[in-house]
Amino acid sequence: MADLLTALRKTQVWKSIFRHGPPNTTRNRTLVVLSNFFLHLHPVKVRKSGIRLSYTWCMGGLTFFLFLVETITGLLLMFYYRPTAEYAFQDIMALREHVALGLMREMHRWGAHAMVITVWLHMYRVFLTGSYKPPREFNWNVGVILLVLTLLLSFTGYLLPWDQLAIWAVTVGTNMARATPLLGHEGPGAAFLTLGGVNLIHAGDDVRFALLSGRFVGEATLLRFYVLHCVGFPLVAATLMAIHFWRVRKDGGISGPL
Amino acid sequence: MEAFKKLVNALANPTVYFILTVVLLAGYLLFRKFLTKPAFALAFLGFSVAFFCLSLTDPNFREIVTKPDNVPIVIMLGLVLYLTWLSLRRAVLNDEMMKRGEPNLEARESKDRVFTWPDLVYTELICMVLCTIALTVWSIELGAPLEEPSAPARTPNPSKAPWYFLGLQEMLVYYDPWIAGVVLPSLIIVGLMAVPYLDRNPKGNGYYTFEERPFAVSFYLFGFLILWVSLVVLGTFLRGPNWSFFGPFQRWDIHFLEPLVNVNLSEYFWVKGLGEPLPASPLLRELPGILVVVGYFLLVPPLLLSVSKLFRGFFIELGVARYSTFVILLLIEFSLPIKMVLRWTINLKYIVSFPEFFFNI
Repeated sequence: MADLLTALRKTQVWKSIFRHGPPNTTRNRTLVVLSNFFLHLHPVKVRKSGIRLSYTWCMGGLTFFLFLVETITGLLLMFYYRPTAEYAFQDIMALREHVALGLMREMHRWGAHAMVITVWLHMYRVFLTGSYKPPREFNWNVGVILLVLTLLLSFTGYLLPWDQLAIWAVTVGTNMARATPLLGHEGPGAAFLTLGGVNLIHAGDDVRFALLSGRFVGEATLLRFYVLHCVGFPLVAATLMAIHFWRVRKDGGISGPL
Repeated sequence: MEAFKKLVNALANPTVYFILTVVLLAGYLLFRKFLTKPAFALAFLGFSVAFFCLSLTDPNFREIVTKPDNVPIVIMLGLVLYLTWLSLRRAVLNDEMMKRGEPNLEARESKDRVFTWPDLVYTELICMVLCTIALTVWSIELGAPLEEPSAPARTPNPSKAPWYFLGLQEMLVYYDPWIAGVVLPSLIIVGLMAVPYLDRNPKGNGYYTFEERPFAVSFYLFGFLILWVSLVVLGTFLRGPNWSFFGPFQRWDIHFLEPLVNVNLSEYFWVKGLGEPLPASPLLRELPGILVVVGYFLLVPPLLLSVSKLFRGFFIELGVARYSTFVILLLIEFSLPIKMVLRWTINLKYIVSFPEFFFNI
């Protein structure tokens, strides 16, 4: 086995991919990190205190990992799912009944719950170790937005099975928007926004209408949430994650003064 | 056994539950040196596991806790308790070391640098593998919940938001949707983003500590553990049909409805206090409430300054702009427990109420 690996390492194909020897010398361990696209997110060396599990709880890393799990399982689910009132629920049923090894929806759902938990706990650790202090103020802010995006991703995904649980949870959640000050038709101040006696803010054009694309949770809402869930929010989240990780390096590691 | 269940049901009543969690957190922080000892933590673990397993014999408890969508919350609760203990344990150890003039646990190792490959990369790999295994087992064991196809005409009772928003839904009991559903969540986000600019204490960066930043840590623990996590737990496990409250061993009876006679502050002031009818002019009617709210935000900050040495220290450290932002965010956060207590004690409904404009506080 070891011989096979040594032989492999001498082939032209291997050498064209990995431009260094086995990572058992200082030089090669440095090169592994420097010459690998994915690993170069990390510095070559890190503080010993910064990789202790009892210190980091690994919650930030797990959040990112769960995001990848959600991306992959979500992609597979998109093969089987049509976001229309006619087909959505049927497709979910079919996914459960007919698709071989149909664990993807389970993994996607539990992964999403787990991601909400890990992102909260990550923030918990970052606060308790004072890791938001200078020079990391900005990165904490990026993190707060990522936390909100995680909740939004989870919330938009909640609607997609199109069962009773889904539409009523989203109805309860979005009912709040009705009460937005000035912008919701049951919000304080909206009654003052009139033009010639006609209300400018009513159930047909307020913030909730924009969110749901209708006066209640319906097919247009399903499409809207689907697009946001599968394309909109993931793109923003991925971009912000890249910034988040890049800033961790630029700010001198996960915590501690520069 | 029945008596014990009745006791637990009574303890889980929102009033007692909320006060109990606050007292427990405060006590835990005060006596942290003793309470974070591993022996005590193990005893607590044993006690909670025994309590949980015994409770599972109760059909009502089992039904709620093992509902697939509630399982993550049970897992989260365990993780939050464990990690709170772990961080406080390390904080206590660090504080003792620093008091003796020794470097703390993190400082001992922060000078050492290790190679990313293999030390960090392998840790990450092991975490990912364990996470994948856990997620796969979880997915095989528990199917993702699916109820009947959507029926917009049939409202389930209770109608609950996704579990991570149930803390906010619980706030709806005390505040109108425009505060509980719009203003407070926005302010939570704004407040979190303001944290690094309001906390000017340079200490405690990169290690667990309590004594070097007691206020910041207590404040966050109160916000996260009490106002967020424990309200999520309350909203998930203890709120049933009609958003009525049910103890952990009580059956969710759909016909159970608590009669609530909530009274506005205006009625307290004019009718019960002065013995007069409510004034016809809405502005005059709500004047006492408006004064209370304006006074709360205008008088409390200077009052805190003159009474508390801690806040004088904050003022000198932060300056006018930062101090005002900080105190206003603090006052808004504390308006929630204040309103809760007022509701429980004197059934106060609204402090200011203009139902004409949907403006109720």
